[in-house]
Amino acid sequence: MAEAVFFWIFSTILVGSAVAVIFARNPVHSVLFLILAFVSAAGLFLILGAEFLAMILVVVYVGAVAVLFLFIVMLLDVDFARMKEGFVTYLPQGLLIAFVFGAELVYVVSGWAVSPHAAGAATPSGTLSNTAALGEVLYTRYVYFFQAAGFILLTAMIGAIVITLHHKVGVKRQDIGAQNARTPETAIELRKVPSRVGI
Amino acid sequence: MSSATPTRPDSSSNWLAIIGGGAAVAVVFVVAIVWWLVAGGYFAALGRWMHESDLGSALRYILEALAMLVCVLLSTAVLIYFERKVWGSVHIRRGPNVVGPWGILTPFADFGKFIIKEPIIPAGANKGAFLLAPLVSVVLAFAGWAVIPVNDGWVVADINVGILYLFAVSSLGVYGIIMAGWASNSKYPLLSALRSAAQMVSYEVSIGFVIVTVLMCAGSLNLSDIVRAQDTRFGLLGWYWLPLLPMFIIFFVSSLAETNRPPFDLTEAESELVAGYMVEYSASLFLLQFLTELVAILLMSAMTAVLFLGGWLSPLPFPPFTWIPGIVWFLLKMWSVVFCFSMVKAFVPRYRYDQLMRLGWKVFLPISLFMVVLVAAVLEFTGLGANVSG
Repeated sequence: MAEAVFFWIFSTILVGSAVAVIFARNPVHSVLFLILAFVSAAGLFLILGAEFLAMILVVVYVGAVAVLFLFIVMLLDVDFARMKEGFVTYLPQGLLIAFVFGAELVYVVSGWAVSPHAAGAATPSGTLSNTAALGEVLYTRYVYFFQAAGFILLTAMIGAIVITLHHKVGVKRQDIGAQNARTPETAIELRKVPSRVGI
Repeated sequence: MSSATPTRPDSSSNWLAIIGGGAAVAVVFVVAIVWWLVAGGYFAALGRWMHESDLGSALRYILEALAMLVCVLLSTAVLIYFERKVWGSVHIRRGPNVVGPWGILTPFADFGKFIIKEPIIPAGANKGAFLLAPLVSVVLAFAGWAVIPVNDGWVVADINVGILYLFAVSSLGVYGIIMAGWASNSKYPLLSALRSAAQMVSYEVSIGFVIVTVLMCAGSLNLSDIVRAQDTRFGLLGWYWLPLLPMFIIFFVSSLAETNRPPFDLTEAESELVAGYMVEYSASLFLLQFLTELVAILLMSAMTAVLFLGGWLSPLPFPPFTWIPGIVWFLLKMWSVVFCFSMVKAFVPRYRYDQLMRLGWKVFLPISLFMVVLVAAVLEFTGLGANVSG
């Protein structure tokens, strides 16, 4: 009973905010609605009993990814009038793409079934907590996939760093080690300065 | 805060303080009496109804949450007074001493003043987000308290992933600041929000690794279980602050950064950004922002007490110390950490922004990453690790 009530609350908010992401006039509002959608999805996970997934969704997507996303959208100087200009001209192409995506979605969802390979996978025993069960499967049976996913993310991160890192010449850089290694003996020099001459 | 200065407030704020203080105390008494009747078995039937039927459980959760809320709100009032007295002592002055006996009603006078002032919304502000931002902040700050175990079994929601929940809630706290900064449509708030987002995201990384080491040692994500795992015959030497001393220090410094406290209060550095993201806020909206900061400090202190200082456990694990109720120990530990927070604010100068980022990414991150590997290896090869799979 309570589950059903909360399911309807969360799913209504989820669908409503997902629609609002598209229809909000202000892009910052769109991102805020996207965050609301994430949080409601986490609520749905909680109802399913997948508390670990719910928390990770909030920590990773809402707590880190969406923050950066929100910032980029905030700092972009978006001209709303110009954004609306091309709406009618691009409508046919947009509808076509929407139709293709919709058809693919229907095709995939209608043909969906649990694969026999996954169905036979190690099912966690009921006594384990959600997190422990997930860990046992992830770090034993799927450990190579897990590592591969990690390497893909690492590659993406290194790529981003390589693209943005420029070593400019002629710029004074801070060397913290050298700064901390300085002592009064090496940093201060006492000189006898003759009057009206300077150093 | 005008009442921090030793000017005499007008009589209306005195009356407000008395009414506010009286109302708060009355609410606490009512909640305490209800709680005592239920817990003490005087309403055994009522208690059973509250544990067994759906409606009763819902009512119990609401009552427990309300009791927690009232206690936390009262603690924020105590925190305001306590911190000002600490800073006063450090600066060799008296601190608040005008409203009420020894000035103890100062926080209530403050709260009353904020409530009766006129809230001003800038014409250029994005009104919805501007009003929503303090609400988001304050709700998230209070939400974290749901999983804090103040004593053995005294917790509103004893969930399996308590520590992840805390981490999630504290990482969401940045939204209140970003929304406030953006919705104000003003230069200083936006710059402040930028700084805050970068700072909080950076320090969350090391906080995450610290939490990972703690939960590897405890073998559980449940906060009550983490406290129980620290219950050894060594007493306070068995709590995680000693075996994980580097992580304890990193956690303390990172929690200062996470709550935007000095020396990391770059988001509201007066000399650079006036009051940061709070520049455009006034009256009760400002009060909510202000409350959020206080509650976040209390939450971080409670988290430190639970993760590293053994929560409700007695420092010496034998009578007569074990006869003292656990909540007393918990509060003592929490307020000791709060005292450290206040002292740091009193005498550590503010960091420069590049130093702050360097500390987070180039010092804390490598150390905590290395410690995760080290702790995991030690637990694995010495067999000290908790047996989770059982």
